[in-house]
Amino acid sequence: MTGLTGFQAWAAMGGYAVFVWPAYATALVVLGGAGLFSWARYRASLRDLDRLQREPRER
Amino acid sequence: MLTYLANPARFMRWSGPPLVPLAVATALTLAAGLYLALAVAPPDYQQGESVRIMFVHVPAAIMAEGVYYVIAAASFVALVWRHPLAEIAAQAAAPLGAAFTLVCLVTGSLWGRPMWGTWWAWDARMTSVLVLFFLYLGYIALVNAFDDMSRGARAASVLALVGVVDLPIIKFSVDWWNTLHQPASILRAGGPTIDVTMLVPLAVMALGYVLLFVTLQLVRMRTALNVRKARALLLAAPSRRGGATAAGAPPDATPVLR
Repeated sequence: MTGLTGFQAWAAMGGYAVFVWPAYATALVVLGGAGLFSWARYRASLRDLDRLQREPRER
Repeated sequence: MLTYLANPARFMRWSGPPLVPLAVATALTLAAGLYLALAVAPPDYQQGESVRIMFVHVPAAIMAEGVYYVIAAASFVALVWRHPLAEIAAQAAAPLGAAFTLVCLVTGSLWGRPMWGTWWAWDARMTSVLVLFFLYLGYIALVNAFDDMSRGARAASVLALVGVVDLPIIKFSVDWWNTLHQPASILRAGGPTIDVTMLVPLAVMALGYVLLFVTLQLVRMRTALNVRKARALLLAAPSRRGGATAAGAPPDATPVLR
C-alpha cells in the first residue's frame, strides 16, 4: 500500500504531472521517432542496394 | 586530411563498426539520465517537481544550437572545397536539428505554463529559437526544392551560412534584452549556478543527446551514400531506368558516387 502511494506521489510530480509527463513524452516521441525513421530508411537503403548489386549476376 | 575524409568508400568502411556500440552507449546513457532526472534529482525549492522538465529541455536547446553549428560548418566546407561528405553531413543533420529544436520549443512551453503563467511569449529567446526552427525547415525545404540536387544543396548551404547570425542572438538574447526567459545558468562565465545534484543529471542527459545525434548522424549519412550509390547503379544500367527505385530515389537523379 505504501509502495503504491509512493509511486502515485512520484507520478503526480507534486501537482505538475500534466506538464512534466507530456514534456518527457514529447522528447520520447520526437527523438525516438527520428531514430526509428532513420534506422528504417537505413535498412531499406541496404536492402535496395543489395538487390541492385545482385540483379546483373542473376540475369 | 580533407582529401582523405572526402572518400565516401573510406567513410563507409570506418563508420559501420561503431554503430552498434554507439547505439548501446546512447541507450544506456539516456536510461541513466532518465533515472537520475526522474528519481534522484531533488525538486527545486521554487519550481518544485516542474524543474524535471529542464532535464529534457536544456539538452535539447544545447543540441538545437550545436547541430546548427555542425550544419553551418559542413555547408561552408561543401561550398568552398566541394567536399562530397560535407554536403551529405549537413543534409543528414538538418532533420535531427529540427527534431531537437521542436523538443526544445514544446518542452519549454510546457515548463512556461506553470512557471510563467503562459504557454508562449514573443520574448527574444523564444522567438529566436522559433526562428532557428524555421531555418531548419527552410534548409530541408530548399534541399528538396530543385530538380537539380546540386543546386538545391548549394542554395541550402547559403541559407545555413546566413542563418548562423541567429545563433549569437539566441545565446545573448537574455543579456541584450529584458526577457521572460532566465539568464544563462550553465554555459556562463564563472561556471554553472545550478546545484550539482541537478547538474549531474543534466550533464548525463546532455551526453545522451550528443550520443544519440552522433549515432543517428552516422546512420543517416550511410543511408544517403547508399541511396546515391543505388542511383548510380540505376543510371549505369539503362534497362533499369524507370524501374526499381532505391529508398525513394528518382530514376533520373544525378549519380554522385562513381
